[in-house]
Order: sequence, then structure tokens, then C-alpha cells
Amino acid sequence: MTEYSNLRRAFLEVSDLSVQFPTEDGIVRAVDGVSFSIERGQTLAIVGESGSGKSVTAQAVMGLINKRNADVSGQVIFDGEDLVAMSDEDLRKLRGNKMSMIFQDPMSSLHPFYRIGDQLTEAINAHQKVSKTDARDRAIEMLHKVGIPLPAKRFDDYPHQFSGGMRQRVMIAMALINSPSLLIADEPTTALDVTVQAQIIELISQLQREFDTAVILITHDLGIVADVADEVAVMYGARVVEHGAVDDIFYHPQMPYTLGLLASVPRLTQVRSDRLDPIPGNPPSPLRLPTGCVFQPRCVYQDEVVGDLCRTQRPDLESVGPGHEVRCHLPAAKRQAAAEVALAALGRSSS
Amino acid sequence: MSQSVEPAAGVPALRVSDLRTYFPVRSKGLFPKTIGQVKAVDGVSFEVYPGETLGLVGESGCGKSTTGRSVLRLIEPTSGRIEFDGVDVTGLSSKEMVPVRRKAAMIFQDPYNALNPRHTVGAIISAPFAVQGVKPPGGVKAAVQELMERVGLNPEHYNRYPAEFSGGQRQRIGIARAVALRPKFIVCDEPVSALDVSIQAQVINLLRDLQDEFGIAYLFVAHDLAVVRQISNRVAVMYLGQVMELATREDLYARPLHPYTHALLSAIPVPDPRAQKQREHIMLSGDLPSPAAPPTGCVFHTRCFQAQEICASEKPALVEPTTGHHVACHFPILEFLGTKEILGPDPGLTPRAGGSLAGAAAGSNDLIREIGTDYGVGPDTPIDPGPSIWR
Repeated sequence: MTEYSNLRRAFLEVSDLSVQFPTEDGIVRAVDGVSFSIERGQTLAIVGESGSGKSVTAQAVMGLINKRNADVSGQVIFDGEDLVAMSDEDLRKLRGNKMSMIFQDPMSSLHPFYRIGDQLTEAINAHQKVSKTDARDRAIEMLHKVGIPLPAKRFDDYPHQFSGGMRQRVMIAMALINSPSLLIADEPTTALDVTVQAQIIELISQLQREFDTAVILITHDLGIVADVADEVAVMYGARVVEHGAVDDIFYHPQMPYTLGLLASVPRLTQVRSDRLDPIPGNPPSPLRLPTGCVFQPRCVYQDEVVGDLCRTQRPDLESVGPGHEVRCHLPAAKRQAAAEVALAALGRSSS
Repeated sequence: MSQSVEPAAGVPALRVSDLRTYFPVRSKGLFPKTIGQVKAVDGVSFEVYPGETLGLVGESGCGKSTTGRSVLRLIEPTSGRIEFDGVDVTGLSSKEMVPVRRKAAMIFQDPYNALNPRHTVGAIISAPFAVQGVKPPGGVKAAVQELMERVGLNPEHYNRYPAEFSGGQRQRIGIARAVALRPKFIVCDEPVSALDVSIQAQVINLLRDLQDEFGIAYLFVAHDLAVVRQISNRVAVMYLGQVMELATREDLYARPLHPYTHALLSAIPVPDPRAQKQREHIMLSGDLPSPAAPPTGCVFHTRCFQAQEICASEKPALVEPTTGHHVACHFPILEFLGTKEILGPDPGLTPRAGGSLAGAAAGSNDLIREIGTDYGVGPDTPIDPGPSIWR
């Protein structure tokens, strides 16, 4: 890795990544020109609603998209190598080893017929030449690390003997067993209760510190984003519409969609208005993405843009501050004014 | 606004007393015998008044959904008493239930499975009229289209099928069906948890508008405390089939008394990075115990940071230390670690000042004394804060 650091290339650099699925009804643009980068020890949160392309982005980075029924373009430079151009065989050597993934549903991600221990040691044996006892010891140590009580005994249990939270812990143990330098967590706590969610989030951050892992966290929960993210990419309609440091997104948001998202989230404390302020309308179908700005059909600020720009021309990601980019045609002053109104409604000032 | 309605007036739209729903556990083999019981709902009582929303929250497996279904007798309760609008429906046969069901309705969690994919939207929304033999003035079609318009659907889509609608629109169809006969109350079982945030907010606002318009009472079952706060007047927190705490929304979120409520509230990350970093976190260890073998005494004691010996042996009664605020706990948290500490930053405060009950809530001495007497807790009773669970 050190040999690349003098080239000043980020640890993981995704540029202009696009994924298209040809279907009978037309081409589904699931991911459309997404770029981001991340360093070791950092957490990037990708937020968005269902269908925004956040999960497909993660799968494309991991090389999990079957190229026979999808069209993947762009570059994913991981530790100096382009994963998009890489052969399946080489990818397999990386997955579960230097990079790994935690999936949303722990029930369908563990094989019900195999013992927990066998599934864990398989991940070790696939990448390292170790003796059976060494692999077993390593797996038990990992189960202990993720907080499974009596790990040596639970090693021989089947997935159905574990609760949902415990299964998610096993998934995390499996993902981290080879100390990966990149971890992608796709909605890791969505299927769990809040008290268990808090335990799992804490566990991921703890292991991230220990292994200096770069984490990409895919979620729709802005609370979790506020809790753990260093950087945030907001996705809508297959594109990144706003990208910045976590404080930029929560205290200086610029894109009307981000503003709408922040205003839609129910709160635990009373804010100025007792009524939620939802975004009108529905998200676009990935089969029929709007031609101009993807958010235009639902945007309340489109009338403030001169001419037909929002409907006809796709806005570029424009830099509005260090590391803060926005995809919007609104003039800077009007964006600022919109943000102030939205933040005031949340009882926050933008300073 | 509906949120400020003071309950306790008139006949409750729904009254539930000592509701119990047990599921038998059967042995395997050719001649299965009942060898135990899962006490999914174990002695739950509450009322919901017209125009009011009672939120029912808890983690999965706590019995909140079973409560919602037992109330409508979709699951037959084991014992207890259920009154719709003053009428006892507990002993009614399923035939006798039919006319009474007009007073009640349900909105389901999964808008994909709650609608028959082979029926048109018109047929789905008009089903309640057909089942109950109600002939609305102006005809069924006009009534259904009016309902569709009211919930934000295009009335011209009367002949479309559910598959042609998005998740949020399908939930609107389910809502139109539920309010078709102007019921007295609606059991909403996780009505927005399958929806995206921006759509969730639309549906919550719609439910509130319909409540204001028709004076419907909601029993709102959900796991998301933020969503529940947005819509409820009062909130009940359940754990392993029992109500741990029941209070007005203001009291429950700002001054929760039960350690479990504290843990739940502190576990929810708030969408505000600076506030989130300064909040106290109560990390509960372990998972929910199996409802087939619930812990003795207080069901929460195995995960509770306040637990002492008595908690394992004696079940705390649901008492009312302040008006309208019910709690079932031997050692309720009296410091009012409310909005300030649990939900927002206040760096000057340390998490729970040990057993210093008196100093913790200056100005509320009467209440302390009252609670102290009720629970046998005085300023001298040592309360071990259990340092390991504080991050």
C-alpha cells in the first residue's frame, strides 16, 4: 500500500461507476456515474431511499454484479488495482480476505445446514493455509470478539440456534475474520431491534478501530449516519446528489433532496413544528429516470431556476466547499436561503 | 390539533382489561401434548378515547402486534375483557362479531401482502361496504372514489390493480379501506415501517388528518419510538408481553421512569451528529429472553442496569406515581434524565447521580417522597448504577 501512497491515490477510489441492467421493459439504470473515495479507518455512509442505487453501488464495488446480465462501467481502484477490470478468479481471492461485506438479512446469509464454526473456518481456509486447529482457534477467538457467549460451545451450533442479533454478530465475525482493510456493511442493522442495533454499531466501530478498516456503510437511517459517519454520499435516482463531510450534510446541506430528507425524519424531541414536512410525490422508476435533474419532479425549488434547466439539463456535481459537492441548478444564494429555512424548521442554525 | 386532545372524556372507543393471549407449546410426536405456554400478552390493560392515539411500542417479540390482533379478536385472547365503544365483545360468537366489527378496522404493516393482487383497487376499498351490507348514499363507486381522493389517490385509478401502485400508494389504499365505514377505532400495525422516510412522513400526516376529520381513535403499534412520538397522545412500552410504562407522550419522552424506556430511548441514534456524540448511551446487554420461559419476578431484570435481588423474585405492579404516568418497576429512575440528558447534550451532567434521589430532582421533592413511599425506596437505598453498562 505504501508504494501507492506517494501517488496520493485514495485507498479506495470509485470513479464514474455505472451499472445498467437490460430488461424486457428497457434499460434499468441502477447506478449512474457515481464517484467517491475513502481512506483506511474512515467511514463513508451512502444514504438514500429504496431504489436509489446504494446497494447496487456496494455490490459493484465488491464485484458481485454478474456481468452476464448487467453492464458495469467505470473504475473501482482498490489498493492500486481496478476491480471492474479484474477477473472473477482474482476477485474471489480478494473477497472475504482484503475486502468483505455484511449483508442486511442475517437469516438468509448464513447457510442453514452448516454449523456456524464450519462456515467461519471456511472463510479462513479459502484464503490461508492453516491447520484445522488453528482455524478453529481463530474462529472461536473471533466469535468471542463479537460478543458470543461460550464461543467454543456455540462453534458447533447451527444458525437456527442463534437469535437475529447473534446471527448478525456471526456475520460480522465472518466478514472480519481475515482482518479486511475494506468492509462494506449493507443495512447491517435494519432487521434488528434498536437495543441490539446499538450493540452492533458499537461492535463495528470497535473492530474498525482495531483493524484500521475502511468502512462503507449503506443505510437509510440518518440517525446511524450521524452516529458513525465521517463522510456522507446522498444518493437519489441512481446518482450521488450531494457528498460531503458529515457536518456539511447535517448542518450545511445544499441539495433540496437532502433538505427534504432531513425534514421528513421523525424526531424524539419536539422541534419547532409538530408536523412532519414530507417530500411530495414518489421516487422515480429506474426505468424512466427524468431527463434533467432526477429530483426535479418532486423539487419545490425548481421554479426559482431560470428557464427549463431542471427539466432538460442534468446538473453536474459542483463543488461548494472543501470536499462538499452538490448536484443542483439552483444558484448558490438561493440554495443557501433554502437551507436556512429548512434548518430553522429543525431548530438548528447553519452556523 | 389532535395531539393536544385531553383524553379521559366520555366512553373509550376501545377498552382492554387484563388481556392475556397464550399460545400452547406442544410436544413432538404422534400424540402431541401441551407442555407449556408462550405468554405473548400477559395482563395488558388500556383505554383509547375517541380522537386519541395510543402508541404501543417495544422490540420484536414483546407482544405488541399480538395485542393489536387480540383486541380485534383476529387472534382469540385467552382471557380478559375487550369493549368496543362501551360494548363488551369478549364473549360474542364470530357471527355476533360481524355488526360490531363496523366500529373497528385495521391497517397492516406490509402493503404488498395486505391487498389481494387479483382485485382492483375499487373492489378492495368497497369490500367493507359489501361485507357489512352498507349502501352509502350516492352509490358505492362514488363513495370509494371520494375515499380515494381523500387519501391522496387518483379516483380515476379505480379499476387498477395493486401491482400498479408504489408502496406508499398501496398503504393509502389500505387506509382508505380501513376508514371506509368511519370506524370508532383503527388498530395500525406498523403502518409505516415498510416505507421510505419521505413517504413515511406523508402517511403519518395523512393518518393525523383523517383522525382530526373523523375523530377516529388509533391503537398505533410500532417499534420506532420516533414515529410513535410523531402521532401518539399517550404511549405504552411493552416488554415480554407486559406493559412496563404507560404515560402521555410528553411524560414518556421527557421524563421516562422505567429503565427499559431509558435504554430504548438512548439506543436510538438522533439525526444530529453533534447532539448524538454528546448523548448518554445505555447499552443493554444480551437479547430478549424467550417468551416461552420468561424470567421470574420482573421480566426485564435479566437485562436491567437497576436490578437488585427483589427484581428476580417479585413482579412489580403497574402503579401510577404521578397522574397518568404508570410504571411497573421496583427502582424507577427518578432523576428525570429526560429530554436534556437522554436526548440532548448537557455536558455538565453525569449519568445518573447514584442514589442521590433527593438532590437529583430539586423542586420535585413531593414526588420523590411519593414515589419513595410507593416503592420503598428512600434516599438511603443504595442504587448500584452498574458501571459496566455505561459507555
